[in-house]
Amino acid sequence: MSKILIIAEHSDGKLNASTARAVNCAGRIGGDIHVAVLAADPAAPAAEAAKLEGVAKVLTVANAANTNPVAAVLAPQLAKLAKDGAYSHVLAPNTTFGKDLAPRLAALLGVSQVTDIMSVNGANSFDRPIYAGNAITTVETPAGETVVGTVRSASWPAAAASGSAAVEAVSVDVALPSHTRYLGLKKEGGDRPDLQSARKVVSGGRGVGSEENFKIIYSLADKLGAAVGASRAAVDSGYVPNDMQVGQTGKIIAPELYIAVGISGAIQHLAGIKDAGTIVAINSDADASIFEVADFGLVGDLFKILPELESKL
Amino acid sequence: MKVLVSVKRVVDYNVRIQVKGDGSGVVTDGVKMSMNPFDEIALEEAMRLKEKGVVTEVVAVTIGEQKCEEQLRTALAFGADRAIHVKSDTAVQPLTAARVLAALVKKEDAKILFTGKQAIDDDNSQTGQMTAALLDCAQATFAGKVEIADGKATVTREVDAGLETLEVDLPAVITTDLRLNEPRYLKLPDIMKAKKKPIEATTLADLGVEAVAGLKTVKTVPPSARAPGIKVKTVDELVAKLKEKGLV
Ligand SMILES: Cc1cc2nc3c(=O)[nH]c(=O)nc-3n(C[C@H](O)[C@H](O)[C@H](O)COP(=O)(O)OP(=O)(O)OC[C@H]3O[C@@H](n4cnc5c(N)ncnc54)[C@H](O)[C@@H]3O)c2cc1C
Ligand SMILES: Nc1ncnc2c1ncn2[C@@H]1O[C@H](COP(=O)(O)O)[C@@H](O)[C@H]1O
Repeated sequence: MSKILIIAEHSDGKLNASTARAVNCAGRIGGDIHVAVLAADPAAPAAEAAKLEGVAKVLTVANAANTNPVAAVLAPQLAKLAKDGAYSHVLAPNTTFGKDLAPRLAALLGVSQVTDIMSVNGANSFDRPIYAGNAITTVETPAGETVVGTVRSASWPAAAASGSAAVEAVSVDVALPSHTRYLGLKKEGGDRPDLQSARKVVSGGRGVGSEENFKIIYSLADKLGAAVGASRAAVDSGYVPNDMQVGQTGKIIAPELYIAVGISGAIQHLAGIKDAGTIVAINSDADASIFEVADFGLVGDLFKILPELESKL
Repeated sequence: MKVLVSVKRVVDYNVRIQVKGDGSGVVTDGVKMSMNPFDEIALEEAMRLKEKGVVTEVVAVTIGEQKCEEQLRTALAFGADRAIHVKSDTAVQPLTAARVLAALVKKEDAKILFTGKQAIDDDNSQTGQMTAALLDCAQATFAGKVEIADGKATVTREVDAGLETLEVDLPAVITTDLRLNEPRYLKLPDIMKAKKKPIEATTLADLGVEAVAGLKTVKTVPPSARAPGIKVKTVDELVAKLKEKGLV
């Protein structure tokens, strides 16, 4: 039977929603599911993790060195936990946190890694996207090797918060490096809904034209209670901060409703919205590729359409 | 100070890839191949550091079949001082690539290894981090800004929550994100000159590296297609459709 360790992602004492999605993925593999919370003070995120349906145990590692998520500091502790606990699988969310950390852990364990697990065919067989999601491969991990994987958040609903697992404090005796110092985080998100977990998202592209014009996108988003995203061109042009980029190399999202405004629909952008429920495209170019994936397309000038749409909602 | 830059040959980012009908993979015959775009950014960053006088030598490395030489030529045209081709007839997985890069960092006594944050073919995003683990050195992934001074690198990282800053001691592995820089446009004379420059060849065995068995690819299929959509003519029609679906 599998024994699965999930690496909790958390910040400011709160569990990141991607952790509950990884728990759901682990449930599909089946077996004993444990969650590891490494923090300076793990109590609050551990309590949240303990409620996740399917979790048998939460392991907490309290250490001032774990105040910030530094991969080089976390990886050796997780490698020790994974070995001592004889885990068959170690999973992290495929967020920037998990992408930074999991390969470092895999290399310490001397194993390969499965990035971006979208479905589970068995304890050693997984489907994952390649080429910006334009192909899906089934891969098998070598027999007897610990499986290290990252879980594609957009493919897994969050596990329900109806459980009550035991929380166990553990100490991990391993040397930690001093070559990396965390200097800080500049958050840019603001008070809007979180892009990665929002049920509705309105995104703007180069067609929006300027930072000033982006107000029209925020305004529609506020009316809908939606998060705001952007294409790379909009980020590169300085209309919006980088953490709003949706796509192959930005955020991969799966909202129920995605409204793309002034976005042409490059494959790298589409890679980020393949799992969206309903896609709406608003673009003045009737031949734009975005219309090939849109459930509802509206050809026209966004500066005329958006105010009208907002007023009619 | 010497820096290493890894460059991978991948299907050009503008190509709409085709999945083979028999599930054995993606069509690459007759398809335009290029240097992974993130590796161009890595090279550009290394070249800028050299132009600033911070770096003295830039060495480009690729691991793969004979044709990967084309990407090394591109690296030389960028201005790389040397190019190393680690020959392998079969594609290498990230852990193997990491073993090779770690061996070369040691052999060359490089202070920074720049890799792309992900190769856009397999979208793994693993190699740089694995190399740092094997070298037991610092890593700064998804770099949007890099400053080098006093044997340290200060790196601004593009993370989900915003921009994070790390200070790392060298040697370190830095993986590059899109906004780090805009790679230069290659000039014809530089491309011509690069054709005559030597490329150093080596092998996994020469470097004492064993390829991992790694993941076995069982099959490759196209993604499930989205149901075709429709064009609506007016905002009213759009609102009606969204209401029908309970989305607004
Ligand atoms: C390695 C790599 C990774 C990448 N990763 C990503 C990624 O993660 N995410 C991403 O988005 N891109 C990514 N890109 C970039 C991608 O290839 C495109 O360049 C980008 O998505 C284009 O953004 P856009 O659609 O906003 O701009 P454009 O392609 O310029 O499209 C603008 C659109 O706006 C429309 N428009 C203009 N004015 C109006 C108006 N008044 N009303 C209505 N419509 C209007 C135009 O018709 C046009 O279709 C990546 C590229 C590379 C090479
Ligand atoms: N075969 C290879 N040859 C050279 N560099 C590679 C190779 N594989 C991976 N890399 C480097 O590692 C980065 C990340 O690749 P990946 O981990 O496969 O997403 C790439 O951008 C390259 O810089």
